[in-house]
Amino acid sequence: MTDTISTPKPSVTDSGAGPITRFLRATEIDTRLLGMFAALALIWTGFHIYGALFNGGGAFLTPRNLWNLSVQTSSIGIMATGMVLVIVTRNIDLSVGAVLGVTGMTMGILQVTILPQYLGLGSPLIWIITAIFGIVMGGCIGTFHGWLIAYRKIPAFIVTLGGLLVWRGAAFVANNGKTISPVDSTFQLLGGGPYGSVGATGSWVVGMLAIIGIILALYYGRQNRIHHEFAVRPMWAEVVVGALSCGMVIGAVLLVNAYPWPSGIVKQYIAANNLTVDPDTLFISHGFAIPVLILMGVGILMTLLVTRTRFGRYVFAIGGNPEAAALAGINVRWMTLRIFTLMGMLAGLSAVVASARLNSATNALGLLDELYVIAAAVIGGTSLAGGLGTIYGAILGALVMQSLQSGMVLIGTPTAVQQMVVGSVLVLAVYLDNLYRSKVK
Amino acid sequence: MTNNTGTPLVEMRDISISFGGIKAVDHVTVDLYPGEVVGLLGHNGAGKSTLIKCLSGAYRQDAGDVYINGKKVDIRSPRDARSHNIETIYQTLALADNLNAAANLFLGRELTNAFGFVDEGKMEAETRKIMARLNPNFRKFHEPVSALSGGQRQSVAIARAVYFNAKVLIMDEPTAALGPHETQMVAELIEELKAQGLGIFLIEHDIHNVMKLCDRASVMKNGQLVGTERVEDVTEDDILSMIILGKNPKREAA
Ligand SMILES: Nc1ncnc2c1ncn2[C@@H]1O[C@H](COP(=O)(O)OP(=O)(O)OP(=O)(O)O)[C@@H](O)[C@H]1O
Ligand SMILES: [Mg+2]
Repeated sequence: MTDTISTPKPSVTDSGAGPITRFLRATEIDTRLLGMFAALALIWTGFHIYGALFNGGGAFLTPRNLWNLSVQTSSIGIMATGMVLVIVTRNIDLSVGAVLGVTGMTMGILQVTILPQYLGLGSPLIWIITAIFGIVMGGCIGTFHGWLIAYRKIPAFIVTLGGLLVWRGAAFVANNGKTISPVDSTFQLLGGGPYGSVGATGSWVVGMLAIIGIILALYYGRQNRIHHEFAVRPMWAEVVVGALSCGMVIGAVLLVNAYPWPSGIVKQYIAANNLTVDPDTLFISHGFAIPVLILMGVGILMTLLVTRTRFGRYVFAIGGNPEAAALAGINVRWMTLRIFTLMGMLAGLSAVVASARLNSATNALGLLDELYVIAAAVIGGTSLAGGLGTIYGAILGALVMQSLQSGMVLIGTPTAVQQMVVGSVLVLAVYLDNLYRSKVK
Repeated sequence: MTNNTGTPLVEMRDISISFGGIKAVDHVTVDLYPGEVVGLLGHNGAGKSTLIKCLSGAYRQDAGDVYINGKKVDIRSPRDARSHNIETIYQTLALADNLNAAANLFLGRELTNAFGFVDEGKMEAETRKIMARLNPNFRKFHEPVSALSGGQRQSVAIARAVYFNAKVLIMDEPTAALGPHETQMVAELIEELKAQGLGIFLIEHDIHNVMKLCDRASVMKNGQLVGTERVEDVTEDDILSMIILGKNPKREAA
């Protein structure tokens, strides 16, 4: 059961259960989480083996490809965290891809043709103003959608379907369909690339912070349970959970650090810094890409919002029973407006990441993203009936969707077939989810 | 015994509300004194729930006024009602099925810690305390309330209404789903709250319970008030004929 609120569960030690069940109970590891990891493992090794057998290379499980995968996941993942809230409250947002497109386009115009006039080309203020503008603009569009839905009582499906067409059209009109490229050179770093990554040391710092966070979370979680005299996990289970989580963090750091800068960039770097090293022996790690760090940051903040604040609590209450929420004094309409505003802001942030990564703004930016974002949330366990969903699930869901997509590109699947596969996977995933839920109940 | 001479705790004066032409509540006046239980009776669809929803902030009356301690108040939302210490157990219970007992009990009034984060542990501990009083057999603190039995859900709804030191308690068929033992516990609870000086509106179909628990009974029929009687002055049959025939034979005779 993906409990929407992380309540401590008593560590039942049912002697009748098998060893795996007992292990999962003691560690309180969510079976859905395991399922998602299994799906990922299957997809990754599947593509790798296919590549090894038929493409001669087996290029999936390489630091390079996985690093790229992490960057590609960022934009969808950021939006998927917001889509969880939208779907949990029994709404839908079909417009996120189009909102991303129009904000990306507007940011392109702002940073390339408007701001340099006033601040001078290459001013360090440009990227900050542009990024903030993008988030605010996305937020305003979201507020407008939310207002139509909550206060004008137009169904979310209709408002955002209309929004999909309107904003996609606006993205074209904004610059007459012409692509804007390149974007501001600092802004570009927000999309990743060799310079837009934090390097080996930076990645270890991030990794260490994550490990400290995990240990603190486990420690305070346990203290809290002891304080209120609730059942705690057995010590070995705490250690296993901690070791697994930290192990994954270290694995991720090692992985991103194993992907070196390409030799062209290394030569450029040596020339720029007047170094006297042999470019062939100099190994400079990418480390975590900035968009991936943005996704992690968003994931942590959104998780806190959803599980630890009143706002998050009300989101789930509305999803579970809108009338009950209203009778408990929750202003459902105001909540809806704020949720759509948040969704819009996240679409704006994704626009920053996506246009920075492409180093250009095109009117097709974010095309079909709404479907990937919704699929990511749903695959990650967000129930379309409302009331259930997790942020980590949605991010993993985004990774699953992106893995499928990248894998198929890698083995040369035609676009038409890719669409057929993605569509079928979505339907299958929801079906499996239904089976899973009815079994858990 | 209650003293009905001072200012009433609650007075609903001449309340009317209609839904698309149907007069669900039609010029009804009821009042409630501290330490008193007033039963609201009537056939299905008589307008009992609708009437009390005007007091709990779920609906807003088309006409009529609400007075609390003699002062006219404007209750526009459930939040307003709560701020006047009016707590409600709805007939539908109004629980968020996907949340657990503690989350439902504190819904809209979550306890938070120093960082402004929801304090899960404290809320659960408080929920355990109050449930120990209301339903000592209750164990399912971590399941979503959809996994509870009808009676267990009802206990959660009752716990929510009594936890927050209400002055006025509205109970819309609070024992409909309860077993005999739990019903007895609710009866005891009502006596206890009454002794503490709360005023209680109790909607109840079981005449026997009404005679046992209430000080006065107001009977409604087709949205209108048939009459209000002190239960010690009437018999079960009198009340029944008020409900069914819409008139009190004793008064008619007099
Ligand atoms: N939201 C609503 N919309 C339309 N009609 C309503 C609404 N709520 C109540 N009514 C109507 O108002 C009338 C009174 O309903 P109400 O729920 O107050 O009855 P009740 O006395 O509580 O009955 P019961 O004993 O069955 O609970 C009914 O005819 C009902 O159909
Ligand atoms: Mg009713």
